[in-house]
Amino acid sequence: MSDQSINTRQDDIIEKFSMLDGDMEMMIGYLMELGEKLPEMPEEIKTEDNIVKGCQSKVWLTAEENDGNLSFQADSNTAITKGLVSLLVSILNNSAIDDILNADLYFVNKIGMNRFIGTQRSNGFLAMIKQIKMFALAYKTKLENEA
Amino acid sequence: MSVALASNIDINSIRKDFPIIDQKVNGKPLIYFDNAATTQKPKSVIEALSEYYSSYNANIHRGLHTLAEKATTAFEDTRKVFQKFINANEVEEVIFTKGTTDSINLVANAYGRKFLEKGDEIVITAMEHHSNIVPWQMIAEEKGAVLKIIPVNKKGEISLDDVKATVNKNTKIVAVVYASNSLGTVNPVKEIAKIAHDHDAVMLVDGAQASSHCIVDVQDLDCDFYATSGHKMYGPTGCGILYGKRAILEEMNPYQGGGEMINNVSFEKTTYNDIPYKFEAGTPNIADVVALKKAAEYINNIGKDNIMAHEKALTAHAHERLSEIPGINFYGTADDKVSVVSFTIDNLHPYDAGLMLDAKGIAVRTGHHCTQPLMEHFGIDGTIRASFSVYNTIDEIDFFVDSLKDIVAKFS
Repeated sequence: MSDQSINTRQDDIIEKFSMLDGDMEMMIGYLMELGEKLPEMPEEIKTEDNIVKGCQSKVWLTAEENDGNLSFQADSNTAITKGLVSLLVSILNNSAIDDILNADLYFVNKIGMNRFIGTQRSNGFLAMIKQIKMFALAYKTKLENEA
Repeated sequence: MSVALASNIDINSIRKDFPIIDQKVNGKPLIYFDNAATTQKPKSVIEALSEYYSSYNANIHRGLHTLAEKATTAFEDTRKVFQKFINANEVEEVIFTKGTTDSINLVANAYGRKFLEKGDEIVITAMEHHSNIVPWQMIAEEKGAVLKIIPVNKKGEISLDDVKATVNKNTKIVAVVYASNSLGTVNPVKEIAKIAHDHDAVMLVDGAQASSHCIVDVQDLDCDFYATSGHKMYGPTGCGILYGKRAILEEMNPYQGGGEMINNVSFEKTTYNDIPYKFEAGTPNIADVVALKKAAEYINNIGKDNIMAHEKALTAHAHERLSEIPGINFYGTADDKVSVVSFTIDNLHPYDAGLMLDAKGIAVRTGHHCTQPLMEHFGIDGTIRASFSVYNTIDEIDFFVDSLKDIVAKFS
């Protein structure tokens, strides 16, 4: 898949959020719905190693490579953070490694959710993005070494 | 049900004193229940800050000119007000600091470094916040001293028997929180000070939460040190006090150098100023200290007894109404507690609850409240904490509980 599809998916999410009109209760409700749609993550991979730790909530995140594309599994112990990680996964899932590495995640500033993602201390959203890019970099290096 | 509030309080008039609480947050009227983190400020405090900078900002204690004199007088007036506020024996026993954390660090460094020896013991409780743990750990490590912990029971109380079992001839410092920020528990610090003194240890009371909620009489408590912050008692941030008994303060060496703390400096030898100035290095936070006086006066004008009665009624009402929520678990049910209600609700993470309450305009604190060892003791990640102040109302608590019920319903 091309970088275009990451942007298409971002634009789609920006549009959905714009319909919520900045109403925080509605945004939370929508995030929780997104979180509920996230495929269940097997308990055995919710290990300490797979944790991206924010201050108050835990996020488990793993990546798998298939034909140069990455797919992700994620979960969180809080419903709202689960919605946030679900957003990231839905935008980046099954994308090419390079596209993920180069992705400009402009949706972050455009969906009016600074309240949720502005402070790294409260939910580690930026740490999640960093972790996803680290996965991409690690797989890229691995594939280049194998080639 | 209705709860009788302290009849001497005119809550509507009090609410008008706090401009910040009359606003909408996320489209809803603000309900501010994060007072244990910091209280809001009355107009008199805000105006004092503005007046200081608009009319007599000057550095204190050295200048001879009119503004310097006026600023120095205002700064020293706050010291006098606080001497009375905590009933210190002498005005020189009141030292201005950045706040409680700074005060405790001052004692750990200026007292601990001089008097602690290898094998000495420092006693704290399991309910201390990080500011009354970490400075002691640091100095204990440096001096080879040992940190001992008084345990907390299920209700969030410590027992005097446990204090007696922990304090012994090796104990040099006992440092205990007066009122717990995460549980609300009020500790029997007067009795603990007696036990400490029976073993020739000094007693520090961490009064961060207590100063606006409890009667503070350092002579009656007979504590050797009392540390507190301005911002948790309607005053500005970045200023607080350390009370110390004169005889002990005089024995201590300064721990920061420069500014007003010196008497005479030469490259061969520097002599130190008298107390309290030898502990007030550098240019202090003059504006905030000046405005802090207004905070103490605000409390005095309403009357601490009236504030305490109002907050007690709010806390009792909150406990009663919150008990209606299925799956609620309270942390901190001590018989004697300040206006803090800390709880979890089954299947609702405090983080989710905090954000969803915020969406309804309600500010509470969620998480470990800088008391991680205490949260570990209870086996939880954190709690939802609502803490009340003089400007809060029964109606606000009812709206809060009804909102929580809505949130719980969404998660069930």
